[in-house]
Amino acid sequence: MTELKLPSIDYAALAPTLIMLGAALVGVLVEAFVPRRLRHVVQLSVALLAVLAALTMVVLNADDRLITIGGAIAVDGPALFLQGAILVLAAMALLLIGERTVERGGAFVAQAAVTAESADDRRQAEGANGLTEVYPLTTFAIGGMLIFVAANDLLTMFIALEVFSLPLYLLCALARRRRLLSQEAALKYFMLGAYASAFFLFGVALVYGFTAGIPDRPAGVDFATVHAAVTDSPASPVLLFAGMALLAIGLLFKAAAAPFHVWTPDVYQGAPTPVTGFMAACTKVAAFGALLRVFHVAFEGARWDFTPVLGVVAVLTMLVGAVLAVTQTDIKRLLAYSSIANAGYLLVGVLAPNSEGVSGTMFYLVAYGFSVLAAFAVVTLVRDADGEATHLSRWAGLGRRSPFYAALFTFILLAFAGIPLTSGFTSKFAVFGPALDGGQAWLVIAGVLTSMVLAFPYLRVVVMMWLSEPGESTPTVTVPGGLTSAALMIGVIATLVLGVAPAPLLDLATGAAEFVR
Amino acid sequence: MSDFPFLSVLTVAPLVGALVVALLPRHRPELAKQVALGWSLLVLALSVVMWVTWQTGGERFQFRESYPWIPNWGVNFTFAADGIALVMLMLIAVLVPLVILASWHDADGGSGAPTATDRGAGADRQDGPARAGIPATSKRSVPMYFALLLVLECTMIGVFAAADVFLFYVFFEVMLVPMYFLIGSYGGHQRQYAAVKFFLYSLVGGLFMLAAVIGLWVVGGKTFDWVALSQVDISTGTERWLFLGFFLAFAIKAPFFPFHTWLPDAGGAAPAGAAALLVGVLDKVGTFGILRYCLPLFPDAAKWFAPWALALGLIGIIYAALLAVGQNDLKRLVSYTSIAHFGFIGVGIFAFTSQAATGAVLYMVNHGLATGLLFLVVGMLIARRGSALISDFGGAGKLVPVLAGVLFFAGLASLALPGTAPFISEFLVLIGTFTVNKPVAVIATLGIILAAAYVLWMVQRTTQGTLNPALTEVDGMKRDLNLREKVVVAPLIALIVLLGFYPKPVTDVINPAVQATMQDIGRTDPAPSVGNVQEAAK
Repeated sequence: MTELKLPSIDYAALAPTLIMLGAALVGVLVEAFVPRRLRHVVQLSVALLAVLAALTMVVLNADDRLITIGGAIAVDGPALFLQGAILVLAAMALLLIGERTVERGGAFVAQAAVTAESADDRRQAEGANGLTEVYPLTTFAIGGMLIFVAANDLLTMFIALEVFSLPLYLLCALARRRRLLSQEAALKYFMLGAYASAFFLFGVALVYGFTAGIPDRPAGVDFATVHAAVTDSPASPVLLFAGMALLAIGLLFKAAAAPFHVWTPDVYQGAPTPVTGFMAACTKVAAFGALLRVFHVAFEGARWDFTPVLGVVAVLTMLVGAVLAVTQTDIKRLLAYSSIANAGYLLVGVLAPNSEGVSGTMFYLVAYGFSVLAAFAVVTLVRDADGEATHLSRWAGLGRRSPFYAALFTFILLAFAGIPLTSGFTSKFAVFGPALDGGQAWLVIAGVLTSMVLAFPYLRVVVMMWLSEPGESTPTVTVPGGLTSAALMIGVIATLVLGVAPAPLLDLATGAAEFVR
Repeated sequence: MSDFPFLSVLTVAPLVGALVVALLPRHRPELAKQVALGWSLLVLALSVVMWVTWQTGGERFQFRESYPWIPNWGVNFTFAADGIALVMLMLIAVLVPLVILASWHDADGGSGAPTATDRGAGADRQDGPARAGIPATSKRSVPMYFALLLVLECTMIGVFAAADVFLFYVFFEVMLVPMYFLIGSYGGHQRQYAAVKFFLYSLVGGLFMLAAVIGLWVVGGKTFDWVALSQVDISTGTERWLFLGFFLAFAIKAPFFPFHTWLPDAGGAAPAGAAALLVGVLDKVGTFGILRYCLPLFPDAAKWFAPWALALGLIGIIYAALLAVGQNDLKRLVSYTSIAHFGFIGVGIFAFTSQAATGAVLYMVNHGLATGLLFLVVGMLIARRGSALISDFGGAGKLVPVLAGVLFFAGLASLALPGTAPFISEFLVLIGTFTVNKPVAVIATLGIILAAAYVLWMVQRTTQGTLNPALTEVDGMKRDLNLREKVVVAPLIALIVLLGFYPKPVTDVINPAVQATMQDIGRTDPAPSVGNVQEAAK
């Protein structure tokens, strides 16, 4: 009789994830047992406290470099750094999600089951309190992301992918207004996301097949085995390449890289804006965290095989994002294409074959997350009687009506355009420098050229806001409640600080750039 | 006193001033103007002290300071000035207070360009007639205008004072932002188009430079220190690409043909004061950058590219001058003359003789004074008439004789009449070029003739000849220069004449720096002695 051996589990190292998942379960119980009028406050507090507690645990674990729970989870520098980033950005996103003064009842629908555009629907849009299920859903998603960036084998990674994707699909469908658009976005995201997950799973299977037959090791999909197999496996490399390609498709879909980006504009536009901000910031961190780990740990030995292919994807992503951003007339779609282009810049960092590339990418993720959340925070504030006024023509003359918020948004746009003294510039440098150092000059040149194109749409918005005369229909900026103000100010200040004094965060990222195997 | 951190204080001081001015209440515009003027005078005073402290014949780089900024990338706040930077810093410090004084009413009253209500110091009327072609918008913040001017001064000083390539790049790019808003929010006709064009052109150039900066950082061993980088050996191919990245940025900034099309638009749309700073100082960053970065860091590539650069310079001289002759808009005309002058500066730099390069640097200063004056005077004229079109003038000298006289003087300085400062620089460029490359010098000389054509014809059509009857009906044209405006033009005229006869103080400062630059690229020849220069002046 074989003895079943339980893997040793380092609960302290796993604490951040456990806290988030636990809080999500608590959130479900709150839905069941707490009176409706208290739920919003209780849920928001539970979610925020959980994020804080998890963040505390990440900080306490900062020196951990270990693999636990039977090789499924790696708690190392990049994992901890990215978990910390996800938690900080998620806290900001939660502030936006919890805002209820900008729009009566919040940004979410009161009853998702009410038929869109019906009389009941109009009534709920007028000010019924929004769903509070969004908090446990968000918390589940955060928990999944925390596992995703720490997953040390492909199956764990797949499960984490599903854990954070499914709540996101739901969250996208819960907009209070323009619900058909929101539901369409959710369905699109779900369908395409399901395909991407399938590709990922198929890729896992092929890689498993590839690992069979290497000396002294059973087949498996943990990264150490895959890493060994890349050099030692007697199997046909076609298996490896096909598996790698399918895995990459699954991950690049989440990262919104071309040609797997087509969902991004529709979903970003249709989803409730706080959720869009959450996706743009946190999903990006999670997706690129996983990309970094898969390609720097598992497939490191095949670097010369995947770099050209991923390089082409990066160039294509930058081009598609930059060129299509020029033609956009809706601010949310514009930010979506901008986020696609930024995915391209991040890929440049991923492809830099050195640890500076890893730290640069991580720095970029944090900097971009802060800026993009602040940008979407402003978007939630510019509204008229029908909700957010996202068409760009409506933003004309906003600088005259609300100079303060227009100035903040201008600053964020300048950061996106990469003007120095903003985090946009330092983060571009942080990924382009290592890439050029690693001999990827063509990627850097493509990045610089697309930055020129991308500057134009940002500038057009600035021109709209400051140099155009306010029209009759220029909306006013709603005075934000405390939560949105806090998120907005954190985002703007971080954008400034990371641009002026990036050294501390760079130090942190450099110290956390080594993966454990 | 030489231990005093002049350069960092000089850079930061205008920024502090800008914050103070921006925070002043909107309804106290006069206070904002006075504070801004006082602050810029303070900067001028400090610069004068710095000028006096400068040790002529001392080290190439003086006032060096260095503080760590981003140690991960080897970035430092390193400031240091060589002679070329020092004279440019002085030019900024002199021009900014004058521009502030000249722009006293530019932001008032709503319309972006100066209104026709300037009735003397202290008068703050806002009842001027609406002006054709300029949108009458309201509620533009006066303190913000002057705050932006001070922010611009901070970035301009920073860009010349930086001795760290990263720091230089930061100032180079950030400089765009205040200028963009000065043109876009306070400019005249077509300001939106001009502001965006200006921003995009400069940003594109800047991004080429960013690629080159990163490349230089990688091949230079992860440092941005200018001194360290100037000693790095770079392979030929890489060096050419890096040179090209920097050169493109500077050629767009300067601007050289064929990257010049943004300047007439920006110069034409910017308020006169901002336009004076734009061509007087901002564009010099391009030529300064070539001297400070392109030549010493990539000497071999510079020599390889020199024929092309000379060709661009020559085309610029002739082409821009021809276009200037055909302009009907005063500010656009002055912008085109600047492009022609930048052609001269480019030729002077890439002739690779100390004489020509000294001439080019001197030209940078003199052009700042002469064209700055021309822009300010033209601005005063336009403010009175309410139109920038030459055909709307005619015989203005009969109404405003002093203004017409100053315009004539500024025009003569701009065409490099002997006795004015630009003559010496143009002459030095031409003889310095002639000794090594006769055809280039001969073709460039044609530019002088064209300069006479565009300046004199412009002066003739605006201030001479029969009086345009429409002019007498315009209120503004009944007022000649008031005290404030005289205070603006007098120092510039004095400097132009002084440097026209006695350029020694300036040439003494720039000569060692120019010679060092020439040594960096491996060319040595005797520097022009002061005797030479003074002969030239006679």
